[in-house]
Amino acid sequence: MRKLLQERARLLATIRTFFRSKNILEVETPILSRAGVCDPHLQNLNTYVNSRRFFLQTSPEFAMKRLLSAGSGDIYQIGKAFRNDEAGRLHNPEFTMIEWYRTGFDYRQLMDEVEELVSILLPVKDFERVTWREVYLRATGIDPMQVSTEELKTMVGEVAGQTSRQDLLDLIMAVKVLPALPGAVFIHDYPVDQASMAKIRDGIAERFELVIDGVELANGYTELTDPFEQEQRFRYENQQRRIMGKEEMPLDQHLLEAMQKGLPECAGVAMGFDRLVMLALGKQSLAEVMPFTAEFA
Amino acid sequence: MAKYATNQFKNGLKLIIDGDPYTIVENEVVKPGKGQAFNRIKVKNLKTGRVIERTYKSGETVEGADVMDVELEFLYSDGEYWHFMDPKNYEQIQATATAVEEAAKWLKGQELCEVTLWNGEPLLVTAPNFVELQITETDPGVRGDTASGGSKPATLETGAVVKVPLFVDQGEVIKVDTRTGEYVSRVKD
Repeated sequence: MRKLLQERARLLATIRTFFRSKNILEVETPILSRAGVCDPHLQNLNTYVNSRRFFLQTSPEFAMKRLLSAGSGDIYQIGKAFRNDEAGRLHNPEFTMIEWYRTGFDYRQLMDEVEELVSILLPVKDFERVTWREVYLRATGIDPMQVSTEELKTMVGEVAGQTSRQDLLDLIMAVKVLPALPGAVFIHDYPVDQASMAKIRDGIAERFELVIDGVELANGYTELTDPFEQEQRFRYENQQRRIMGKEEMPLDQHLLEAMQKGLPECAGVAMGFDRLVMLALGKQSLAEVMPFTAEFA
Repeated sequence: MAKYATNQFKNGLKLIIDGDPYTIVENEVVKPGKGQAFNRIKVKNLKTGRVIERTYKSGETVEGADVMDVELEFLYSDGEYWHFMDPKNYEQIQATATAVEEAAKWLKGQELCEVTLWNGEPLLVTAPNFVELQITETDPGVRGDTASGGSKPATLETGAVVKVPLFVDQGEVIKVDTRTGEYVSRVKD
């Protein structure tokens, strides 16, 4: 146990040293927020403070963007994030996230920096960059932009529940594409319907994910800075939630106001610290590298 | 019967799938970064023992199987059915040869067996971990050779054949581990 705690502490210290050397400022933002996350695949936990409902953040993204809009400059945070309904070998409802933002960067420059940090923390030297489309083609021979929904269905076998084309692509990504990716790979250039909070340029979402030995470690974007498009995306996601029978979430008006005042052009990335520890120690599950998972919390 | 959502899936949970009772032997949540989560489970059919894989979109619900394990005493077999009795209320239940298949060769009567019931019907009968049975047939061992590790086949009163050490004789009662089918010791009165 002590060896694990030492390893976590050592990695945290190394990460902080890295950010200090880059002149990126450590910040802290609230875990509790009046606004939730609209993304239909993320579920907030919530609690009540003086009879008012607050949501536990699924990532510090919204608050950190408010700091950027207020002129913070480059910032990072290492803190707890919370996601309901996520438990498994690679998921725990409460986990530690490293998130940072670089003003004036685009996603390619940020990939370079992620590479720099990860190669200090893990024994990884070669990083490959493959587009989202290419990664499916390589692992499965299918072109995700062309393939029919019927063909996707035959690839995954029987699945209980209503599955959209996107659901099937997600499932194939999780069970066929990621396990077939050895080493460190940046998957980049996502289709616009998977832009999340990324800027869209030339019909491509400027988003990347870093996958190491099949484990998704980081997700980053050239950040969307347009407040109107941001609000539209939130509303669209809430509409998806409604169709899926999930609760619609209150929009983060503070974030939208901050973006109206002006979010500087920037790129940002979130990295799972517990998964990083897992990879550093050559373990197979988060339970082996977290002092207490939810089961024992 | 209760329904279970995918976030309640765990090993040992009993479900009805395609009309048959199953038990979960492995449950994995897969979720790509910003995408839909799925539960991939391996389930064992409680009737046939066959293991299959199933994928559920997270949030789906599955009907639970009304399966329970009870201790019943084996009474007798009439050739077609195997008759058991609940020692608490003397209620009798009959099991098919399929349900008793694994346990049959160890049972002669009066053993307390674990019986898995589904909707009150026996699905699976498990013999006690240890049974004591008489040897009805085995070749005479070589006298004086008790220290060697040699063994020989012996037929028991239920028809089961187990390997026994050379010094064990016909007519003796031996203790057998039914999980491995191996000889444990002689039983001395």
